[in-house]
Amino acid sequence: RKNVEDFTGPRERSDLGFVTFDITADILNGKNGLQTFIFDWNVKQLFLYLSAEYSTKNNALNQVVLWDKIMLRGDNPRLSLKDMKSKYFFFDDGNGLKGNRNITLTLSWNVVPNAGILPLVTGSGHVSVPFPDTYETTKSY
Amino acid sequence: PERGSRGGAAMDLFGDLRRMNKRQLYYQVLNFAMIVSSALMIWKGLIVVTGSESPIVVVLSGSMEPAFHRGDLLFLTNFHDDPIRAGEIVVFKVEGRDIPIVHRVIKVHEKGNGNIKFLTKGDNNEVDDRGLYKEGQNWLEKKDVVGRARGFLPYVGMVTIIMNDYPKFKYALLAVMGAYVLLKRES
Repeated sequence: RKNVEDFTGPRERSDLGFVTFDITADILNGKNGLQTFIFDWNVKQLFLYLSAEYSTKNNALNQVVLWDKIMLRGDNPRLSLKDMKSKYFFFDDGNGLKGNRNITLTLSWNVVPNAGILPLVTGSGHVSVPFPDTYETTKSY
Repeated sequence: PERGSRGGAAMDLFGDLRRMNKRQLYYQVLNFAMIVSSALMIWKGLIVVTGSESPIVVVLSGSMEPAFHRGDLLFLTNFHDDPIRAGEIVVFKVEGRDIPIVHRVIKVHEKGNGNIKFLTKGDNNEVDDRGLYKEGQNWLEKKDVVGRARGFLPYVGMVTIIMNDYPKFKYALLAVMGAYVLLKRES
């Protein structure tokens, strides 16, 4: 984790977090308590995203999407990804990552039908990670 | 009187027109006005029920492909108490611009008092939407949101895009509709 000028937008120095992660997931349709194949006749694709959620002094709630993937009908709904780096820069709005003990990572997805409702589903199972108390001065990746 | 086979329909139409007197014309115009008013009332009703100033929007660009394509129709809600969360598809307007944009929320920072600022990005775009916001603007706020996409229908919105790009088509369609309503006889 570093403290750098947020070069993606705001011109103040903010915390920039570096996260590497593995994802093992089996995407299923959990409607009515039954688990069924996710790609039913009306599912065109899934937009999967990994989001980090945490609280800071500055903001009661922060959510940052770290990674996303489009899964088309016909793709394997089983994910087994290792050593992934976040796709997007994990900038905080301020300096709330240093020493933050509780960053919750959750995998969610947006079901895109051929026609109809667009639900957002959060997968069961999430993991909490802490950030260290000090900044890195060398390149983290 | 005898009616010729090919010119039959057209002759019927002109015959109708000549036979209609003023009273019938007024009656047809009122009928037409009633249909238009009902349509407007349904639209206003939708605005009230969904809380969105524009409950149905047409996707104009390919920035959300492959989920949405140009011409798809989106159904929005904008309930005041609905929180803005990462992953949601929102339709927003940049201050000072008319065109609504349909993209996904990728960052949210919410204060204890409910004050929210968020960042959006099109699924099919490489970068986030900061380049689309106003000069110096880095975040969107609740007031910029027209609504959240809750449902969608493919292709149906193409009609409005065609009408926009080819005004002649729009006028022709209106003329045909007008002619039909004015000349339709209730038996």
